[in-house]
Amino acid sequence: MNGLLNWVDARFPLTETWNKHIAEYYAPKNFNFFYFFGSLALLCLVLQIVTGIFLTMHYKPDAEMAFASVEYIMRDVPGGWFIRYMHSTGASMFFIVVYLHMFRGLIYGSFKGPRELVWLIGMLIYLALMAEAFMGYLLPWGQMSFWGAQVIINLFNTIPYIGDVVSTTIRGDFVISDPTLNRFFAFHVVAVPLILVGLVFVHIVALHAVGSNNPDGVDIKKLKDERGIPLDGIPFHPYYTVKDIVGVVVFLIVFFFIVFFMPEGGGYFIEHANFEPANALKTPEHIAPVWYFTPFYTVLRAVPDPWYGTLAMFAAIAVLFVLPWLDKNPIKSVRYRNKAHLINLAWFATTFIVLGVLGVMAVTDGLKELGTRGTQIYFLFFAVTYVHSRPQQANYLMWFVVLLVTVLFWDFLRYDSSFTANQVSLFWQMLLLPIAYLATTLLLPHFVGGANKEKEVPTRVTG
Amino acid sequence: MADTGVDKKRRRFLIGATSAVGAVGVGAIAIPFIGSLTPSARALAAGAPVDVDISKIASGQMISVEWQGKVVFVVNRTPEMLSQLPTIDPQLKDPESLDSIQPAFAMNEARARDAEYLVMLGKCTHLGCAPKYRPEVAAADLGADWKGGFYCPCHGSRFDLSGRVFKGAPAGTNMEIPPYYFKSDSMILIGENGAAA
Repeated sequence: MNGLLNWVDARFPLTETWNKHIAEYYAPKNFNFFYFFGSLALLCLVLQIVTGIFLTMHYKPDAEMAFASVEYIMRDVPGGWFIRYMHSTGASMFFIVVYLHMFRGLIYGSFKGPRELVWLIGMLIYLALMAEAFMGYLLPWGQMSFWGAQVIINLFNTIPYIGDVVSTTIRGDFVISDPTLNRFFAFHVVAVPLILVGLVFVHIVALHAVGSNNPDGVDIKKLKDERGIPLDGIPFHPYYTVKDIVGVVVFLIVFFFIVFFMPEGGGYFIEHANFEPANALKTPEHIAPVWYFTPFYTVLRAVPDPWYGTLAMFAAIAVLFVLPWLDKNPIKSVRYRNKAHLINLAWFATTFIVLGVLGVMAVTDGLKELGTRGTQIYFLFFAVTYVHSRPQQANYLMWFVVLLVTVLFWDFLRYDSSFTANQVSLFWQMLLLPIAYLATTLLLPHFVGGANKEKEVPTRVTG
Repeated sequence: MADTGVDKKRRRFLIGATSAVGAVGVGAIAIPFIGSLTPSARALAAGAPVDVDISKIASGQMISVEWQGKVVFVVNRTPEMLSQLPTIDPQLKDPESLDSIQPAFAMNEARARDAEYLVMLGKCTHLGCAPKYRPEVAAADLGADWKGGFYCPCHGSRFDLSGRVFKGAPAGTNMEIPPYYFKSDSMILIGENGAAA
């Protein structure tokens, strides 16, 4: 055995790689619950690739046959239903895991230097994942596949001057049809997975070059023992491999509970309209994207002009990329930042969930106004995060006025004389939301000293 | 330096020139790949303009034809139908069609080249359902005020006989008019504006 290993090691850095990334990769010893989601995301990727390969063996990427081939997988292929439900549930679980993984980065400041590249590569993975999920959703060729894709591809139509050419080139036809399905299949099973796997590899290489952050945001590489091993570090294997196995077991219990008992996820993982074949002449009553896109869908709907709405939607994603350069506060973890920062993060997480819930609901006056106010808070978060970079020097009053004026200017632009009495009253009532947001994140730390006080970051990790 | 035998200036030039040629090559090879994504000859043929014989449409009747995979309504409107178009202007969201999509020639009351013939995409501007043609005046289910028009069963948007949307409908703009022109008195071509336009 040893002889074989030596033979390989003389030709390939096998032991070296194993040690560098697993056995002698020293991770902080205080990882908590939120640190399960990186390895779980990797598990989801593997699950999606394996189930995807087996689905490809039976699926037909042809507008005439696609829907029937999916039904064939569900009914006639032995275990086909199981593989397909793992794939469809896996898509939603992948996003749940990735959102929690990103939230972890947000609260513990893992996106900050020296891990900016880890964050940027992670955002690229998130983008690729959204493209992958969107194109995969067209493949069953059901009503929601068709009309969901119709709405999203029509977004490109709103680009001035070249919109028509762009959307026609994406579809390969003037309407969504066989060429569209065929190319989405190619992107979904070959191109985007290759990109995803490559990006995940680079994500991990970049992480291991700078080392993992932790819930205290303490740099464990500052204090090392005589052998050069961080005092607060433990080797990834066996400590975290074993810890992650616990996470994997719990995750798989939840995962298979969904696969076996509620594979459609209550109509959110697979929408009910998708059990009907695509029909270009019949629009479903209510078109909503799958849940993981809905926060951005609400942003899109919050802006009435289609082109500006599309821009706002993409801006909502793009602004996440620059987060490391907006939050310049040297303290990483929320544990040692001021209370106003904690409140700011709570607003952001709540807003993101509210926007997501609104995105699956039909529009009413009240929900539309709430979506617009939520969109305002979503974007304000990034400005407030910037202000919180230097809590002691920040001119909170000035920023409160500046951001409030920005909100009022946006309102001035969208206020229309055609608003009904109900819309006008909702408009004024819900103006309280952004005001409350700005008051609790900017006025509070100004007037209440305790809300602006930062704690001292320990030199060693706690717990 | 010269005595090392390396001409750095020349080396930089060669690296630059090679990179430039390489970049041009990559750009050139991208053309056929992107080209392959555009609609194929078959898709183009299906999306080609279509001829419609209008001589057989009885007065007051509508036919549906397919163009680029979309449904196009062609209505032969009676003089009575046309005469009431101006009277309903106050009830409409966009009576002048200022915010709606149509070729320049259709920016008028009849939204047509020749007022008699309405040529319009059969697609509600709300969420893309197909509205029903309801020419009968004061239809029982549409109320005594109904003067004939299009009714969308999905969310109840109402349009007049020129496809103009009524106030209070979920749809925001009038129904879309495609480009078309008269090849002869009895033949229209949908999909092109023609030499005249």
